[in-house]
Amino acid sequence: MSGKGIHIEGLKKRYGEGDTAVHALKGVDMQVAPGEVVGLIGPSGSGKSTLLKCLGAVIDPTAGRMVLGDEVIFDNDWKVHDLQALRRDKIGFVFQAPYLIPFLDVTDNVALLPMLAGIPNSKARAKALELLTALDIQHRARAMPSQLSGGEQQRVAIARGLVNRPPVILADEPTAPLDSERAMAVIRILNDMARQFETAIIVVTHDEKIIPTFKRIYHIRDGVAHEETGEGRGFE
Amino acid sequence: MISLAGRDILHSWGKFVFTGVGLGLLIGVTLSMAGIYRGMVDDAQVMLDNTVADLWVVQQDTQGPYAESSSLYDDLYRSLLNMPGVEYAANVTYLIMQVGHGEQDVSAMVVGVTAGTPGTPGQPQYLVAGRHITRSHYEVVADISSGFKLGERIRIRRNFYTVVGLSKRTVSYNGDPMVFIPLKDAQEAQFLKDNDALVQQRRRNAENPDFNRPGIPDLIAVVNASQSTNTYVNAILVKLKPGTLPEDAAEPIRRWMRLQVYTRIQMESILIDKVIDKSARQIALFLVILSIVSAAIVAFIIYTLTLGKIREIAVLKLIGTKNRTIAGMIMQQSLALGVIGFVVGKITATFWVPIFPKYVLLEPLDSVAGFFAVLAICALASLVAIRMALKVDPAEAIGG
Repeated sequence: MSGKGIHIEGLKKRYGEGDTAVHALKGVDMQVAPGEVVGLIGPSGSGKSTLLKCLGAVIDPTAGRMVLGDEVIFDNDWKVHDLQALRRDKIGFVFQAPYLIPFLDVTDNVALLPMLAGIPNSKARAKALELLTALDIQHRARAMPSQLSGGEQQRVAIARGLVNRPPVILADEPTAPLDSERAMAVIRILNDMARQFETAIIVVTHDEKIIPTFKRIYHIRDGVAHEETGEGRGFE
Repeated sequence: MISLAGRDILHSWGKFVFTGVGLGLLIGVTLSMAGIYRGMVDDAQVMLDNTVADLWVVQQDTQGPYAESSSLYDDLYRSLLNMPGVEYAANVTYLIMQVGHGEQDVSAMVVGVTAGTPGTPGQPQYLVAGRHITRSHYEVVADISSGFKLGERIRIRRNFYTVVGLSKRTVSYNGDPMVFIPLKDAQEAQFLKDNDALVQQRRRNAENPDFNRPGIPDLIAVVNASQSTNTYVNAILVKLKPGTLPEDAAEPIRRWMRLQVYTRIQMESILIDKVIDKSARQIALFLVILSIVSAAIVAFIIYTLTLGKIREIAVLKLIGTKNRTIAGMIMQQSLALGVIGFVVGKITATFWVPIFPKYVLLEPLDSVAGFFAVLAICALASLVAIRMALKVDPAEAIGG
């Protein structure tokens, strides 16, 4: 865990070459501090998902610099060799749908990441239970994903994103399938977790209900991120 | 690390078990086919074993008596008895016939053996009921698989025979039960003509000036008599004295008596490499086809199962699961399916083998080889699904 969150400078992503090249990101600058939850908004095709994929080390940026905690992970090229390990250990993901592994129970869904990192099963499960308790869903620890409500599934997904204590969590429209009450609950949890674990959280959203909760918002337009100050209600 | 494959199987065990049962039936058929081949080889070996012969003496330049017809005079065995190393020589005839049993016909290998000489080559060595043939005519010892009962009367050609003994596992190389009858009856049955044919033959002889010469009135009677008797046998089975090497005894017979002689190894080679070779190759090809079909089915099943988990695989890859973990999960599932299939196949094959009309021999070593073949096929079949899984883009888990 780091005290520096994530820092992005001049991040560019170009699809294709020559005349047909599409410049999805035209030099994005972004800074998210530990414990901070920022919103990432923008119309369809503005480059939100491309930015998220670059941050998630799923696609290769064309140019720019990314610093995760104290580590420069990209400087016009990847500076880490094992991107799978980077995603596993340094980046947490929360998706629009929870995408829990249907054949693993709640505990093992959360414990899977530490297990993949080589942590013994019992220790990984203990970490998972600790997080499930923090998210107040420990009573469903042995349940299968199909037995959970949408809100419960999303909380488990958040626990999975947090379990390896990554410096950054990328949340892709985490409230989309939820009603207002549950959506607000999820954002509240993300804020709590960000503070508790000093994690920088970037939330991509279209959800008008939750946009006012962000203190800072990055509005992406035509591949460029514009920082805006949100209404800043937050969840203090 | 938990077993992702194991958890997935436990989670959807019904799907796996039913798929495994389907695959198992196919594997059961494959194992049975292998068993049918083994049964054919075993039938051939049992037939040779039952003769207790060390040498098969047959007509020169033939591969008789099983692969080709062979005719020898039935008194040749006396000369063989005087050859070095020969302890016993016995005439034998082999006829593939339909034996009448009530209203039914039973396909059988009718073996003509010298009556009253139990324990000699060609005779059934052990009986499970009754006694050996003691009379020169109209007695039968039959293999129990023929369905004949002691005391029953059966029909061979025009004559009726009484079943006096029952043997077990005395079958021909193609699995037909052997029916042992006295040699004289077998010789007669081999060329027995119906009355009309006899009348026609005698008319033709009478019209033939070579047979019906005015100066030799008895010649026609002699010719007719010679044509209605059979003094031939198909082979002479030789038992050697202890310590005599088969080839040492065979060579003088070949050289001095101008006969073809086969040792046990040579006769086994003729049966397996020539007589049942085409059937064996047919079965081998069928085995190959079944293996390909099994592989295709496993590949399709695993591919479909994997296709249903694309999103989960994308998530697993996105959260940092190594490719080898995902590949391992798919391969383990494929192998598990193979194991379930093999167990089901082995059990079903064991249960349905006794109802096969021909002998099916399930060799333990074949099962072991089959098990590893199934695992290899399943591992191979999973490669298609693994390839697809490894191509899944982790970005699919992220919207947009």
